Amino acid sequence: MIWNPNKECMSRDQMHALQSKRLQKLVQYVYHNVPFYRNKMQAMDIAPEDIQSIDDIVKLPFTTKQDLRDNYPYGLQAAPASEIVRVHASSGTTGNPTIVGYTRKDLAVWSEVMARCLTAYGVTREDTFSVSYGYGLFTGGLGAHYGVENLGATVIPTSTGNTEKHIRLIRDLKITGIACTPSYALYLAETLEKMGLSKKDISLRVGAFGAEPWTENMRHEIEERLGLKGYNLYGLSEIMGPGVSYECQEQNGSHICEDHFYPEIINPDTLEQLPYGEQGELVFTTLTKEGMPLLRYRTKDLCTLQDGECACGRTEVRMGRIMGRSDDMLIIRGINVFPSQVESVILENPEFEPQYMLVVDRVNNLDTLQVQVEVRKDFFSDDIGRMLSIKKQLADRLKSVLSIAADVRLMEPGSIERSQGKGKHVIDNRILK
Amino acid sequence: MTIKQLSVFLENKTGRINEVAKILGKHSINMHAFSMAETTDFGILRLIVSEIEKAVEILRAENFAVMLTDVVCISCPNAAGSLSTILEELSANNIFIEYMYAFAEGDKANVVIRPTDIERCVEVLQSSDCGIVDTF
Repeated sequence: MIWNPNKECMSRDQMHALQSKRLQKLVQYVYHNVPFYRNKMQAMDIAPEDIQSIDDIVKLPFTTKQDLRDNYPYGLQAAPASEIVRVHASSGTTGNPTIVGYTRKDLAVWSEVMARCLTAYGVTREDTFSVSYGYGLFTGGLGAHYGVENLGATVIPTSTGNTEKHIRLIRDLKITGIACTPSYALYLAETLEKMGLSKKDISLRVGAFGAEPWTENMRHEIEERLGLKGYNLYGLSEIMGPGVSYECQEQNGSHICEDHFYPEIINPDTLEQLPYGEQGELVFTTLTKEGMPLLRYRTKDLCTLQDGECACGRTEVRMGRIMGRSDDMLIIRGINVFPSQVESVILENPEFEPQYMLVVDRVNNLDTLQVQVEVRKDFFSDDIGRMLSIKKQLADRLKSVLSIAADVRLMEPGSIERSQGKGKHVIDNRILK
Repeated sequence: MTIKQLSVFLENKTGRINEVAKILGKHSINMHAFSMAETTDFGILRLIVSEIEKAVEILRAENFAVMLTDVVCISCPNAAGSLSTILEELSANNIFIEYMYAFAEGDKANVVIRPTDIERCVEVLQSSDCGIVDTF
């Protein structure tokens, strides 16, 4: 099934024309409403009139996560505050989180694109669907929630936590679909088995998995243990949230809702646009967003784009699996973590050497983060209670900055490996192949 | 009347205590007493050694986190009830002990005490008849 064949199966010429029209409108809009973009464009000697088609997008400036941070909280917002009806926030690298305001129309677009995703997965009005992304500032929960409602299926807003209760609901309410992170899906499978149940006791048939990188192996394992079919759901809060792209029944790349989010692949070093098929950094322009529209936002996700009509009938450009990042960001339990955040916390504490290592692992299908830090050679306490409280203070501070718990491990000075040149601060033991 | 104790931060890893013992041995520094306080991921090795300044220097050169702590060392008869007599005295004077460790040899027992208030502790111990050891 296709939710919106007019858009999802549009001919390439029509799509080109629609994108061109929308880009022209967008550039006029941000030029007149966002000083940040006006200044950038003026500095590059570009006027809104220079943008005549979507192909002119290469003339426009890029936007980075740093720009969002520098303009915290509302510097990139184009709509007046009276038009903003909701705000989401994602964790920032250091200090400022990223604030994204949505107008009523933005929310309508969001639930439209989410409904497209769910329909592609085979979800219908007959389904009962559990949204197990976190509800709150994170876009996952509410984003998926309104998509399910828009589609007309029954939404069960389970959010995260209390997995046994969740499994009882899945069984008793005959829940047929679920949206969550792939690692949570595996945890769910494990809990199900621990409760003495199996996939035969539940009716799940569709899983919408996203918010963290995952692999074909994980897909097979989840499908095998929960008895459902798992589909990729991609999104990022800066652009919208979940719903930016989705897999169809063919599972040959994720279709991008490109009438709303225009994708490009660039070389992250030269910033030149790359042709379809080449791997590079994924860049999005929000063609219809009102609250916080972004020109050429650099996602730092590395992947490829692929054109050509899909066997499912959709004509939208597809993106391949995310192959990595062009920066050092880690995604741990769906939360963005930058080593620099950890570094800034450690530097606040005179008890520690400025040496640290993040060890990321997956234990019982849940991501774990250990922060190893060296105690200073000439500054430690003989009082074990004091040492434990220093350790706890660091763990508490990390938790408030990173939004996830980290296991702090105090190390002897000099025990963390020093590398030549650029410091290596991450050991990721999760196998993503 | 106090002595310096050497404290060394160690990760809970096989062979770490021996690393310290080996380095001290190589430099002919003798350990008179030691104790190990441990948590799940790290421990603190507390030592009374023959040449404290030299020990600090060489351990720091070997990248160990080291510090000095003032402790009181007393010598009492290696006989039933003698420790209790001393502790009775300390608690009667409201002296709180953070930690202590002891070693006995022949008819003597040495007890290393880390009190919260070290000056008060020395005062109390001086007025009782147990012997404070200030040199090894």
